[in-house]
Amino acid sequence: MTHRRPDNAPPAPPGPSGLYDPAFEHDACGVALVARLSGEPSHETVARGLTALSNLEHRGAQGADADSGDGAGILVQVPDAFFRGEFGEALPPAGAYGVGTCFLPQGAGRAHELEEIVERAIAAEGQRLLGWRDVPTEPSHVGRSAMAVAPAIRQVVVGASPELAADQDAFERKLYVIRRVAELAAGPALVVPSLSSRTLVYKGMLTAPQLARFYPDLSDERFASALALVHSRYSTNTFPSWELAHPYRMIAHNGEINTLRGNVNWMRARESQLASELFGDDLAKVLPVIRPGGSDTAVFDNVLELLVLAGRSVPHAVMMMIPEAYAGRPDYPEELKGFYAYHQCLMEAWDGPAAISFTDGRVIGATLDRNGLRPGRWLETTDGWVVLASETGVLDVPAEQVLRKGRLQPGKLFLVDLDQHRIVEDDELKHSVATRRPYAEWYAREVLHLADLPQLPEPARPVEPLRRRQLLFGYAQEDMKAMLAPLARNAEEAVGSMGNDTPLAVLSRRKPLLYSYFKQLFAQVTNPPIDSIREKVVMSVQASVGSERNLLDETPEHARQLVIENPILRDDELERLRQVASDVFKAHTVDTTWPVADGVDGLEPALERICHEASAALAGGANILVLSDRSAGPERVPVPSLLATAAVHHHLVREGTRLQTGIVVESGEPRSVHSIAVLVGYGAAAVNPYLMLETIGELVELGSLPDGMTVEQAQARAIKGIGKGLLKVMSKMGISTIPSYCGAQIFEAVGLAPELVERYFTSTPSRIGGVGLRDLAEGSLIRHARAYPGSADELLPVLGLYAWRRDGEHHQWNPDTIALLQHAVRSGTFETYEEFSRTVNSDAARRSTLRGLMRFRFAEDGGIPLDEVEPAAEIVKRFSTGAMSLGSLSREAHETLAVAMNRIGGRSNTGEGGEDPVRYVREANGDSRRSAIKQVASGRFGVNANYLANADELQIKMAQGAKPGEGGQLPGYKVDQYIASVRMTTPGVGLISPPPHHDIYSIEDLKQLIYDLRCGNPNARISVKLVAEVGVGTVAAGVAKAGADHVLISGHEGGTGASPVSSILHAGVPWEIGLAETQQTLVLNDLRSRIWVQTDGQLKTGRDVVVAALLGADEMGFATAPLIASGCVMMRACHLNTCPVGIATQDPVLRERFAGKPEHVVNFFFFIAEEARQLMARLGVARFDDLVGRVDLLDADEALTDWKARGIDLSNVLRASEPVPGAPLRRTTPQAPSLDGALDWELIDIARATIDGGAPVEAALSIRNVNRTVGGLLSNAVTRVYGLAGLPAGSIRFTLTGAAGQSFGAWLAPGIELTLVGDANDYVGKGLSGGVLAMRPPEDAGFRAEENVIAGNTILYGATAGRAFFRGVVGERFAVRNSGASAVVEGVGDHGCEYMTGGVAVVLGRTGRNFAAGMSGGIAYVLDEDGSFPSRCNSELVGLDPVEADDAETLRALVEEHGLRTGSPVAARLLADWDASLARFVKVLPHDYKAALERDVALSTGGEGFLTAETETTEAAA
Amino acid sequence: MGELGGFLKLKRAETPERAPAERVGDHREFVRTLPLVELREQGARCMECGVPFCHSGCPLGNLIPDWNDLVYRDRFREALDQLHRTNNFPEFTGRLCPAPCEAACVLEIDEGNAVTIKQIELAIVERGWDEGWIVPQPPAARTGRTVAVVGSGPAGLACAQQLNRAGHLVTVFERDEAGGGLLRFGVPDFKIEKRVVEQRLAQLETEGVEFRYGVDVGADVDPAELAEGFDAVVLAVGSRVPRDLPIPGRELGGVHFAMDYLCERNRDVAGSAAPAISAAGKHVIVVGGGDTGADCVGSAHREGAASVTQIELLGEPPVTRPDELTPWPLWPMKLRTSYALKEGGSRSFAVSTTGLSGNGRVEQIDWMRNNGAPPFAPEPGSEESHPAELVLLAMGFVGPEPSLLEQLGVARNARGNVEAEEYATSVPGVFAAGDARRGQSLIVWAIEEGRRCARTVDAWLAE
Repeated sequence: MTHRRPDNAPPAPPGPSGLYDPAFEHDACGVALVARLSGEPSHETVARGLTALSNLEHRGAQGADADSGDGAGILVQVPDAFFRGEFGEALPPAGAYGVGTCFLPQGAGRAHELEEIVERAIAAEGQRLLGWRDVPTEPSHVGRSAMAVAPAIRQVVVGASPELAADQDAFERKLYVIRRVAELAAGPALVVPSLSSRTLVYKGMLTAPQLARFYPDLSDERFASALALVHSRYSTNTFPSWELAHPYRMIAHNGEINTLRGNVNWMRARESQLASELFGDDLAKVLPVIRPGGSDTAVFDNVLELLVLAGRSVPHAVMMMIPEAYAGRPDYPEELKGFYAYHQCLMEAWDGPAAISFTDGRVIGATLDRNGLRPGRWLETTDGWVVLASETGVLDVPAEQVLRKGRLQPGKLFLVDLDQHRIVEDDELKHSVATRRPYAEWYAREVLHLADLPQLPEPARPVEPLRRRQLLFGYAQEDMKAMLAPLARNAEEAVGSMGNDTPLAVLSRRKPLLYSYFKQLFAQVTNPPIDSIREKVVMSVQASVGSERNLLDETPEHARQLVIENPILRDDELERLRQVASDVFKAHTVDTTWPVADGVDGLEPALERICHEASAALAGGANILVLSDRSAGPERVPVPSLLATAAVHHHLVREGTRLQTGIVVESGEPRSVHSIAVLVGYGAAAVNPYLMLETIGELVELGSLPDGMTVEQAQARAIKGIGKGLLKVMSKMGISTIPSYCGAQIFEAVGLAPELVERYFTSTPSRIGGVGLRDLAEGSLIRHARAYPGSADELLPVLGLYAWRRDGEHHQWNPDTIALLQHAVRSGTFETYEEFSRTVNSDAARRSTLRGLMRFRFAEDGGIPLDEVEPAAEIVKRFSTGAMSLGSLSREAHETLAVAMNRIGGRSNTGEGGEDPVRYVREANGDSRRSAIKQVASGRFGVNANYLANADELQIKMAQGAKPGEGGQLPGYKVDQYIASVRMTTPGVGLISPPPHHDIYSIEDLKQLIYDLRCGNPNARISVKLVAEVGVGTVAAGVAKAGADHVLISGHEGGTGASPVSSILHAGVPWEIGLAETQQTLVLNDLRSRIWVQTDGQLKTGRDVVVAALLGADEMGFATAPLIASGCVMMRACHLNTCPVGIATQDPVLRERFAGKPEHVVNFFFFIAEEARQLMARLGVARFDDLVGRVDLLDADEALTDWKARGIDLSNVLRASEPVPGAPLRRTTPQAPSLDGALDWELIDIARATIDGGAPVEAALSIRNVNRTVGGLLSNAVTRVYGLAGLPAGSIRFTLTGAAGQSFGAWLAPGIELTLVGDANDYVGKGLSGGVLAMRPPEDAGFRAEENVIAGNTILYGATAGRAFFRGVVGERFAVRNSGASAVVEGVGDHGCEYMTGGVAVVLGRTGRNFAAGMSGGIAYVLDEDGSFPSRCNSELVGLDPVEADDAETLRALVEEHGLRTGSPVAARLLADWDASLARFVKVLPHDYKAALERDVALSTGGEGFLTAETETTEAAA
Repeated sequence: MGELGGFLKLKRAETPERAPAERVGDHREFVRTLPLVELREQGARCMECGVPFCHSGCPLGNLIPDWNDLVYRDRFREALDQLHRTNNFPEFTGRLCPAPCEAACVLEIDEGNAVTIKQIELAIVERGWDEGWIVPQPPAARTGRTVAVVGSGPAGLACAQQLNRAGHLVTVFERDEAGGGLLRFGVPDFKIEKRVVEQRLAQLETEGVEFRYGVDVGADVDPAELAEGFDAVVLAVGSRVPRDLPIPGRELGGVHFAMDYLCERNRDVAGSAAPAISAAGKHVIVVGGGDTGADCVGSAHREGAASVTQIELLGEPPVTRPDELTPWPLWPMKLRTSYALKEGGSRSFAVSTTGLSGNGRVEQIDWMRNNGAPPFAPEPGSEESHPAELVLLAMGFVGPEPSLLEQLGVARNARGNVEAEEYATSVPGVFAAGDARRGQSLIVWAIEEGRRCARTVDAWLAE
């Protein structure tokens, strides 16, 4: 069903405007390849490719104009017969001519110019122009907005010169040179999707089905190929371009390259030293290698193409760019590990979720990133076809023709070699690549390890007293106490709570260090963060320094790198580096201080001097640059270490010499995870934070650390803690290794002057201007003045950043504001509230937020009378309380918020902890404790069919303000019986929320989850919660296109939960920027009308509410303020369970102290609504709706002068988008219905009588991959009537035949049984709620089920009850976060049973590695035939035991049922000799869970009125 | 922070006091300190709040959570440094401050459970004196600028010490024969023994502050000369004009302002002068229910009064914190029983004194009950008469003595206090701090005013 937008002119793709910048667009998609092993070209290959593409359509997206797709395309071999038909026999033999598809501007004049450029390039390169051809197109098959920007499409045919006619590889290189020469001459106007003698690309801004209709060529029988690569794109933006459609020249990509900025910088730096015998002088013509304006995929394609044309095989080049996680893999062959280690010296990994399909026209294949974050399923038929796609079932293949089925595996290559007519297995392929040269030998011989260097004495240096140096580098007492002491004590970064209510660095009066101006970016929606703890197998902090050599060559000398195991260096390690005596390595130390006497004007020349000295040192042969501020003292002031590092890094990148050296920072300034992360992010390979280490020594002396801890131990622990923190910061963005993070600039600058950013932090987003070099210098000099003169034992300043101090940093929540608000809501006096509001909004306090710098443009005529303004009772309905789980909050506090919000018609939020069903029943007095918003977070705690059915809004939490990009953990001691029952887990067992949703690795996955939730409750609105960071607007546009009804933009300041302090302070940006960006982007795209926008983050007054509305919010969320109204006093000890006012605690004694009442919260919301009304009257706006998006009513407050002096520029934030005329600024229309075609309607019809109380029903139907979330709506229909208990077992039975779409059996309710004959895609049994699933291959299948893949990744995610049986192997993350379901499967991929907290998993086959990571509860039984299982199990939380007698019964019953339901021969074989079989099982039992079982509380569920369907099914399974 | 969850396990320990029966027999301090172990336990009760209301409730902004933690960890030396960072004279406040910090302590939300901040403060500083950690800190260099501080009460002393440490040469003028102001002459020895004041004065002297006692600026010295001779003048003369009771019989003998009585008591205990006012054997009436009144009660007990009665105009406050009036973290207007009343005597609330009578000397006091709140309407028929041989008026102070201020010509506000917004008066180079500026208040406020004034003066001198 399509949804037509009103007749509006399609917008032209815009450039950057306001806060919208096309650079932040993301895309992801569906991809497929078809190949014929015989290698014989046929049109059928093309046709099959196009069919597969059509069946992936649901993975793509449309914009506001539903007929315009985000992009689709196909890559085939050059169809010789076709072109021979077109051009006649004049055409040289196949291989001796190339065909180029060109996108040219509409309009003959300009197109002709570009054609001439191409022709000149052909001639200049000595090749022959054979002619041009108009590619026929059918414009009627394109959407309006796509057509508006459609190019003219022409093909050029180039004949090989005689000397190249026989050397096709050389001809290919020449065609590449021609293309680059033409592209460089023509600029962005000329787009050449392909120019090759082997491959040909057709693509465009099309939907999948439009592709074949738009290009009639594709239907021509002569259009034949032995391979086809197809792709359907989903972009977050709404201005997809024709050029950015996939496939590119060599690849199609599903995923995202997280490290792109760094990769681009490094490639640029590499260009100066590129040389290739094959290219010879031609190489200079193609530089720069990367075409500007390309997407991550385009850039990847550019580099891959170069590597391949310069002589490496495609698999070789792919293995270089996307290496698997090889470290710590004793099972890997040495030559392969050596290959990877060697190539790591040549190039950093291109890191990110990636399923890359590639081809050079001779081989075609695919690979998957090390995390396995994208799906890929393949099958081979008995008649010689191979199909690989993002989903199974894209082509109908009769079961008897299936030879085998498999899936792409993390880090593995899948390759079809058409010359060899076969699939080449990963290990064979890698062996051949890895042994092409003695890489391992080279590496072992040439590489140097820091640890192997001799220990050298440290040089004697004049040492200033410690205290002075601490003052010089801005140390504060709080640094020692709140940061360094916990770091050294626990080898973990300190944890804080309750968000950040201090000013942005640029607004602070205490001149914070430069690091604070940089905000960490994090993954949300378009790519997943990684769990750096549970999935540390893929993470590494190893770094190296040295010179890099010509990328296009390979010699032993390439491995001459100095490997550093940890980027945080102790002093003695730095000395080893500095004094290295070697032919290869030479270190040079650059002093990064400047004379105090030069004052503020001395900084700039100092930077110039530093850069110049760096260049000179490189010219003199240095390849390790140590940037050192050791010489700081009475006469010399240190340059901010980050500034020195970034300045040198970018200077050398510009100069083309960056790869000749590694940069090491020796500085007294860095002392936190964040500071070191920023240094590495801007180019440092290693950091020696010498003053931090010395200060830790002082802490030992002072006795601030546990007795007996030596200085060395404390330093080692601190280094370890920072290393862990660094991994976490990297993993937030989905980056796994230091070389990939180094220089990747995964930051947004907030509050720095544009010229400063452009010069020293080139290409870092920075949107509100800010301070420049002089201010930074001033800060350094002020710190210097504090240190000199002054007595050496002067006390350090207090700071007051983490906890309020009178003379410290400003906090919006301070004793005055907290007390006033509490007095106001308790006494119910508006006057006291006004005093509160005045205090918050007062001039001084306003300077701490961006909204504080704005003023209203009140109506000049005085506005309208107050009584004409919409009543407060209406306005409060726009308010909701934040997502705070029961568990983080006490039950009393949680229910108080719910009752209050229900009284005023607003919405409270469950948070991620589930909800007790007794709260769904209204109280006698009319109150309701039910939370209108039910959150669906990555842990999926308590998310089942009943929970979904009882929501008004389902909120997908992609990130939270306090710690975007991170997971969470509820320690076991906080999980009491009640919490456990609500979360459907086991008391005393710790609960982990993974950093990513394991069913959302990309935007199309989000679209799927939105669909799943709609099925789970068709009446609820679906919301997606995002956190403000640069690019959130384009993500929000993607969310709108994914069909969500509501998007929440959270500011970085908010957050009530516990979180590492670096995340609280340094991740995300203020909501004002994020909201404005979102509003501007949505309006620009005409998507705003179909989605509600909400914002939150330290909102506390009516003024805040009105500013938010004017910047574009329909609704507002509040968390801290209502908690304070309920009695919170900002202890900031939420993580300690000692909340003295009974809010953030589960301690019964403390909970009794809770004194909050719903009326307090009600008063608060009415007060702010009243204040908002007063402002509305003065603005002359009667209806709140009419405020939304009226950014013209806001202005920067010119009266506040000191921030202007700091260079802040709000014009981007306050800019109104130029919308399509008449496009609404607020939500006016619903999303197009998405459930209309669902198979479930049919199922519900069949089961209607049963649901209405009739007899059990059984039926058989067929199913296809486009039938998604089958069983979801049916479960909702059952749950609406029967609640959690559902129907009696076996009431509704369906047998479905075919390939099931994603999320098969999601939320399946008790009483429903689905049997699938065929196979299934990802997310089978998501949130299984008591139903039964079984799947098996068709009877006539020609393959052994137990060796082939039957279902995809992330199966039984968050299942709470029920059973599932899989006759076959499944993908990664089987039973992830399962808390109650029982399942049997015949083989699983990596990370099986991850984060499982309950239930039973039986694996009758091989597991992948990292099994049971983060598994805190439940039991797994693994059939370990060869005794190798323990090496693949992550034993951090679990123990391995033999199966005992009690278990044996459970196990046998499940295996029997498996046999019964799936006809599994494996089950039959095991049961035939059960006793012998039993001995081969290993029982995986989490330690926590074992302890809980021993306490005999495992099966008690507790909680008032909690029905226990899960217990019943567990027993039934037993 | 203290011990995690310490406040749940450990109870608040009130300040130990000598038994009333024993202590009324002498003039030694009646307050004792907890043994070290128990004291550290009390430190463990501190939760180190994210928003420490105690720290906000303390006018000095004492870094209470920081030193509570250090005491818990037995790191007294550092605790002392932290304490001195905001408070020049913790031994004064640790004895005499009513501790608004404790009223604002987050644990006090559960009334009566505040951390014993005051005891901890006292313990830290006493340990510092005992260990000899508190030594003179003369400035490393002198600026050559000179400052005259008029008044040696806590505001003047704090101001003098801060300015001296900043390198200025400070001379303190004190009209009495010794330093300390009301600390020495107003507060009885049993609350603060005078050695406590003296040891601090000695520190200041050694640091280089010059004290000129018995010099009454305005009488003995022409203020103009002072202004001429010093680069800056700080007025820290206190708020010494007492509120009077304009009723019939006020003129009778035996009716005195409380401060006159207390000064005599102090001089008597110090052995420096024979007293003219005595409570011995008399029926004593103390008018006014505040701390000064309590000190009169305590002094009268120690003199052996026949009876002591304290009367208060306001009504009897509730026993627990009245949330509607003074919710946490405000200073609670609730019933407090002074140390002195624990030693004996009685008190009455909602009393409007109507007259004093006697033959040359007061013999009787008449009063009526009122409604306990403004306008304090007397209840008809509630007249009472009581024997009264010594009547002490402890009803507070209305402002600084005007003479010096008039001579200097500094502007005053409606309440008669020196007008000095940021401590600078209307006369250039003349500054004011303490009660003279803000009106009668607590010692903590005096110290805070002295410190802030010093900052202003220092900045002014730097210009």
